[in-house]
Amino acid sequence: MNGPDERFSDVGGHAIRIWEAGAGPPIGYLAGTDGLLRWSPFLEGLSRSRKVVVPSLPGFPGGGAGHRDLDTLLDWLIATRDVLEAAGLLGGDLIATSVAAPLVADVAAIWPGAIRRLILISPFGYSDPSDAITDIWAQRPGDISGVLSSDPERHTASRRPPPDTDPIEWKITLTRGDEAAARYLYPFGDTGLINRLVRLSIPLLVVRGTLDRTVPLISAQRIAAAVSGPAQLLEVAGVGHLAELDAPDLLIEAVERFLAAASVT
Amino acid sequence: MSYRNLPPDFREKHPSICVTVDPALTPSADIAKLYKESLDELVLGAEHGFDGVCINEHHGSAYAMMPSPNLLAAILSHRTSKAAICVLGNSIVFYNPPTRVAEEFAMLDCLSNGRLIAGFPVGTPMDSAYAFGQNPSMIRQRYQEAHDLIMSAWTADSVFPFQGRFYNLRYVNALPRPLQKPHPPVWIPAGGSVETWKWCAERDYGYCYLSYYGYAAAADLLEGFWREIDLLEKPRNPYRAGFMQMVGVAQSRAEADDLYGAAAEYFFQQSLHIDSRFVSPPGHSSEKSVRDRANSTLTRVADAKGGDGIGGIARDWVGIRDGGHVVAGNVDDVIEQLRELGRSLNVGHLMTMLQFGNMSHETACSNIRLFGERVAPALRDLHSEWGDHWWPSGCEGSAR
Repeated sequence: MNGPDERFSDVGGHAIRIWEAGAGPPIGYLAGTDGLLRWSPFLEGLSRSRKVVVPSLPGFPGGGAGHRDLDTLLDWLIATRDVLEAAGLLGGDLIATSVAAPLVADVAAIWPGAIRRLILISPFGYSDPSDAITDIWAQRPGDISGVLSSDPERHTASRRPPPDTDPIEWKITLTRGDEAAARYLYPFGDTGLINRLVRLSIPLLVVRGTLDRTVPLISAQRIAAAVSGPAQLLEVAGVGHLAELDAPDLLIEAVERFLAAASVT
Repeated sequence: MSYRNLPPDFREKHPSICVTVDPALTPSADIAKLYKESLDELVLGAEHGFDGVCINEHHGSAYAMMPSPNLLAAILSHRTSKAAICVLGNSIVFYNPPTRVAEEFAMLDCLSNGRLIAGFPVGTPMDSAYAFGQNPSMIRQRYQEAHDLIMSAWTADSVFPFQGRFYNLRYVNALPRPLQKPHPPVWIPAGGSVETWKWCAERDYGYCYLSYYGYAAAADLLEGFWREIDLLEKPRNPYRAGFMQMVGVAQSRAEADDLYGAAAEYFFQQSLHIDSRFVSPPGHSSEKSVRDRANSTLTRVADAKGGDGIGGIARDWVGIRDGGHVVAGNVDDVIEQLRELGRSLNVGHLMTMLQFGNMSHETACSNIRLFGERVAPALRDLHSEWGDHWWPSGCEGSAR
């Protein structure tokens, strides 16, 4: 992989990392659980035909420690919108996955025009009482990879520190991302998003792997059904919660198919 | 106040003593008996040479069946007349608003005629993030503000508004105010957070290390606290600190083994059988603590020996005894070790856990009597050159 170009932008007094690679129609990506620890095969593949822009959210890898200034969901939504603006992504197409998905969905719902077309992969944001989102903050060491991925060893490998990285600081990076997600999602992973999605009228693709042990099918179904705009739910066989880690090529195909079909004026 | 009747196969068949513990394992009729026996044991201590009695707070846990320590403290306020009543403590983040703690502690201080020690733990991860559903990423920030609100409520001489980040009250007027002025001594029970050292040192709060692994393993951590005291150029008054030690005293070493071995094994195998799912919610430990703990001796020892949760260091009686998790033996053995504890850790408040695991009420009472009558008197000269400014003013021996 070639890897991205890297720049930093000040958002709320904290330096936020922005990775960019590729050329072509731009698309943004906000990573989910774990944040984005390293440039991934999914992003590399996407960048072959698009300019991929990947900002970090506060507290997630590359996002500094500004998450501790964000107390309420409103704080997080404003910060998310500011991050998208700093990355030049407002008004464009966006992919948001896992724990990042509800923030982006709410930005799209509350600020008309903030996002043009939206892809939510394995979205948190709605937890149904009959089948709640898995408690990702209560997992035994060694079990989390099996919860997040259909290939636990691949997930474990994706979290290993790069060479010459202080293992303790790497551990801090991972923990800080968990802490950031907990800040707006604890304990159920539900942000009340379902009450606002009727305001979302842009084209929407919701993707969920059939082996997702984190976000149940009903969560994805309810999110897709709650919006007022055109929405599809795509189930991808044999893929877990971190779908783009488990099957990057399948996810790239799904994204390109959706964008080709969801024409915009 | 661990539940004393878990089945022998509890560890094999159940993943955790807390959070998800099967309620059928702790029938309420047993708990009624547990409360009565525990209260009787504490009162017995107060009557047999102990300067204070201490209770704590835990939720959804058969490790300690004490969700509301203030209820028991109220009973102890009436059943004792001289002993300090140490509530260690009220997990202030759990109370909304925290002025409830200010009120109840003030009531206890009045009820006990100024014998309250007010403990403000952050709360274990199991209690706070899981049993009580508090957002772990915000607990330490909320704790600071809750503390500030309580201290203001105790010391204000008029009604005042409190506009905080997490708590907003237009009319704060917690009545009654505490009997002790400006407020009861505040002790902070700690399990290894490095920020707590500095926090206690700056505010002159008592720092209490609640460890199950004995004094030999505690030296580094206590020294961290004393270094903070040195940095502030304050004297190393031993009464700034407390340490919890499990103790089993008998007429002979062999009798100690007989009396306390099984109970200690029950405690370390069953009572501390905590599912590792509930030990490290994100944000509960600060990043500084995570860094320091990654380099600590205790972590390396625990990792080397393996095990689950926090009970992974020693689970057999010989290991427990020889590792110092329980100070056990004849009277002279116990005196010698506890004097060494007080000296080496520079600790003036020794918190002894004399009932542990499934130790019977009768054995616990015997342990308490023997300790109070034979061991405690032999420890009183330790640190006697210092004044205890962290002891309730309604009790003898207080320098407040």
